[in-house]
Amino acid sequence: MFRFFASRLLQSALALLIIITATFFMLRFVPGGPFTAEKAVTPEILRNLEAHYGLDQPLWKQYADYLGSLLRGDFGPSFKYPNRTVNEILGDKLPVSLELGSLSLALALLMGIPLGIIAATRRNSWIDYCASTFGMTGLSVPTFVVAPLLVLALSIHMGWFNASGWYSPEDRVLPSLVLGFAYAAPISRLTRGGMLEILSQDFIRTARAKGASELRIIFKHCLRGGLLPVVSYLGPAIAGILTGSFVIETIFQIPGLGREFVNSAFNRDYTLVLGTVILYAALIMMLNLAADVAQAWMNPKVRLAR
Amino acid sequence: MGRRILFRLLGLGLAAALSALLPACSPRESAVEHGNRLKILHRGIGPDLADLDPHLATGPGDHSALSALFEGLITEDPKDLSPAPGVAERWQVSDDGLTYTFFLRGNARWSNGDPVTAEDFLASWKRVLSPTLQADNASLLFPVQGAEAYHRGKTGNFHEVGFVAPDSRTVRITLERPTPYFLNLLQHWVWWPVPIAVLEKYGSIESRSNRWARPGTLVGNGPFTLKEWRAGQRIVVEKSKTYWDAANVQLNAIHFHTIDDVNAEERAFRAGQLHITEALPLAKIDSYRTNAPDVLRIDPYLGTYFYRINVSVPFLNSVAVRRALSLAIDRVALGRSLLHGGQMPSGTFTPPGTGDYAPPAGITSNPDAARALMAEAGFPGGKNAPPIEILYNNSENHRVIAEAIQEMWRRELGIDARLHTMENKSVLNARSAGNYQILRSGWIGDYNDPMSFLAIWRSDSGNNYTHWANAAYDRLLYEATRTPDAAARLQILQRAEEMLLSESPLIPLYHYTHVFLIQPSVQGWYPTLLDHHPYKHVRLIDTPAQ
Repeated sequence: MFRFFASRLLQSALALLIIITATFFMLRFVPGGPFTAEKAVTPEILRNLEAHYGLDQPLWKQYADYLGSLLRGDFGPSFKYPNRTVNEILGDKLPVSLELGSLSLALALLMGIPLGIIAATRRNSWIDYCASTFGMTGLSVPTFVVAPLLVLALSIHMGWFNASGWYSPEDRVLPSLVLGFAYAAPISRLTRGGMLEILSQDFIRTARAKGASELRIIFKHCLRGGLLPVVSYLGPAIAGILTGSFVIETIFQIPGLGREFVNSAFNRDYTLVLGTVILYAALIMMLNLAADVAQAWMNPKVRLAR
Repeated sequence: MGRRILFRLLGLGLAAALSALLPACSPRESAVEHGNRLKILHRGIGPDLADLDPHLATGPGDHSALSALFEGLITEDPKDLSPAPGVAERWQVSDDGLTYTFFLRGNARWSNGDPVTAEDFLASWKRVLSPTLQADNASLLFPVQGAEAYHRGKTGNFHEVGFVAPDSRTVRITLERPTPYFLNLLQHWVWWPVPIAVLEKYGSIESRSNRWARPGTLVGNGPFTLKEWRAGQRIVVEKSKTYWDAANVQLNAIHFHTIDDVNAEERAFRAGQLHITEALPLAKIDSYRTNAPDVLRIDPYLGTYFYRINVSVPFLNSVAVRRALSLAIDRVALGRSLLHGGQMPSGTFTPPGTGDYAPPAGITSNPDAARALMAEAGFPGGKNAPPIEILYNNSENHRVIAEAIQEMWRRELGIDARLHTMENKSVLNARSAGNYQILRSGWIGDYNDPMSFLAIWRSDSGNNYTHWANAAYDRLLYEATRTPDAAARLQILQRAEEMLLSESPLIPLYHYTHVFLIQPSVQGWYPTLLDHHPYKHVRLIDTPAQ
C-alpha cells in the first residue's frame, strides 16, 4: 500500500514537472506577449516593463527562477493585474469554482444515480425510456443552449432568479442546475449499465432465491459493483467540474477559475496561465488517484499494488 | 413492496434536492427598481479593470469606473464635454498659449479628509512621467515643457519639467508649444491626482506593484468613494462625504458590473439587473428597434474602424492600387446590410464633430474610377494582380465585413483577396512585425481633437505600422501644432487628412457608434463622443423597470 502511494506520488511529481516545463516554453513561443497592446507603448516603457517582470533575462534563467519561486509556494505576480499576485487570484477564484462544482456534482449524483438505478431495475419500461431520453438529452444538448433557455424562462419571464452574477444563494441555482444536468446524464447512463451487468449475475439470482427484498438486493448487493463505472468516470469528471466551466462561468458571469483559465491565455498572462495549469493538473492527478483507491476498495478484483 | 418503497424513497430524495434549490420562487423587486428607489445606479462596463490606479489604467472603458473615484483639475460638461471647473475653480491661459495657471478650490478634499493641494498634482505628474512606473499614457503629458525628456531619462531633474506650484492652491503649467486641445487633454485620467501620502504607506510610489488602489486603502478625490471591488463581478462606489460638490451629487451609489460577455449583459438588462449596458450585440439591434425602441440608444463615438495597408508590400506599394481598393468598397451597403444601421459608414479617418473639426470630403464608392486606377497601375480588370490577404482577429463581426469586402474587390476589380484570421494577440504581433498585407484595425480617440487621430500617421508614430511615411504630411502636422489660430489650425489638419486619404495607407470603413441599452429611469445621460458621463449630473427617477 505504501509503495503504491509512494510510486504514484513520484509519478505525479514527474508528470507535473513535465507539464510545467512544456507550458512554460510553449507560452513563450506563442506570438505576442503580455504587453502587446492595441495602442503602442514607447520602447522605453516596454523595456522597463520587461525588466520589471524579469522578461529581459535569458529564458533558462526565467525558467529556473520560476521553479525556484514555485518551490517557495509563490506563483509570481500577474502580468495583467499589476497589483495582484497569481496566488491571490487563484485564492479568490478557486473557492468559487469549488462551490459551483460541489453543488453541481451533488445535483448530478442525486439526479443521475437514482435515475440510473430505476432505469436498470425497470428495464425496457417507460421509466427506462424516460431515463434514457433524459440521458441522451443531457449528453447531446450543450450547456450553452440549456443555460440561456433557463435564464429566459426563469429569470427574464418569471423573474425568480438573476440572469447573471454570484452574490446571493439564489444565484447558485441556475448554474448548478445546468452544470449538474450536463453531468447527471452520463452518470445515469453509466449507473444503468453497471447495475444491469451486476443484476444479471448469479449471486443476485441466489439472493433473490433466498428471499432477499428488492431494496436489500439493490443497496446491499448491487450498488457497490454497479457504481464502479461511475467511480472511474468521477475522477476526471470531478477535476473538470471543480476547476470550473468556461461556458457556464461566462454565461452566468461567475468569477471562477474556468474563465481565468481561458482568458489568461488570451492575455498572455504567463504566470497566471501556469498557475491555473498547475492547479488543474495537480487536481486531476489527485482525483485520479482517489478514484483508483475507491475502485480498489469497491472491487476486490482490483489491486492497488500495480 | 420493496420496490415501491425504493421508488418512493428515490422520488422523495429528488424532490428534496430540487426544493432545496428553489427557494422563494416568486417575482421580486429587481435591482433596477430597488436602485431607482434608493438612487443606486447599476451600470455594465464590460471586462473587469486591471487596476484602479488612474495612472496605470489603459482601456477607454476604465474611465467609466475611475471617473467616479477621481477628479482632475477640470471636469467635463455633461452634454458636450467642454471643460468645466473641477479641483481648479478657475484658470488663466497666457496670450501666447504657452502658460496655463490653475487656481485650486479651498474645499477640495481627498476621501480621507486631507486637502487636495497643488503639491499632490505635481507629485502625481512626476509619478506618471517616472520611467519606472511604465504608465501607458505617459505620452499624453508630453506637450508640457521638458516632460518627454524627463520620461525618456534624458534628465533626472523634475524641476526642468514645466510644472510649478507657486503655492499650495496654484498650479502653473508651461507647454513646449501652444496646444489648443490642452484642456481636453487634461480630462484624461492620466492627468488625475493620486494621494501620494497614502501611496507612500504601501511601497514605492513609482512602482507598478504598489498596492494602494484596493478597497480599504484606495483614497480618491472624486464624487464617490470605493466600497467594494469583487474581481470579475462588480465595483461598488458610494457617494463621497468629502467631495467639494457633494450637495449636487444625486446618486447614493453606483454598482459597476464587469460583465465581459455582451449576451450575458443583455440578459442581465432584461432581467432588471442593469440600468445601462456597455454594449449590445449587433444582431439584436433590429429586434430592439422594433420591440423596445425606448431602451435602445445609438450614440456617436470617437472611434474609427478601418483597414491598414502595408505599403512596403509589392503591389500595395502603388498609390493607385491602394486608392482603387478604397474606392471599390460600397460603405453604404456595408452599413445597411451588415452593421444593422448601428454604425456610421465613413470615407474619412477622423470622425465628424471631433473638436469642431470638419473632415474633408471622404472617399465614396466609385467602382469606375477604381477600375480606371487599376488599369493605370498596370492591372486592368485585375489582370496580373497578385492575390492579397486580409488579416483580422477572430470575431464574427470582422469576418462578415471582410467577406463582404473580399466580394466587392473580386466583383469590381477582379482581385483575389484571401481571408486570414488569428487570435487577437497574434494579430497584434503580426502588426508590430509588419507581417501582414491588409489588416483590420480600430482606433479610439484619447481626447476630443483631430490630432488624436491624425498624429498616428506621422512617420515617427508608434501606432502607424503601415510603413507609410510622408514628409509633407509630417510637416503639415508640425505646422498645425505651431498655429495659434484655432480655425487656421483645423484647416491645416483638414489638408493633412486630405493628403492621407489620397495616399490611402488606410481604408476607412465606418465610425463607431456606442450602441447600448438604457432604462428610462436614468436621467442626465447625454450622448457624448467619448462616452463620458460625469456622474454628479446623473439622476434616477422612480419608474418601473422596462
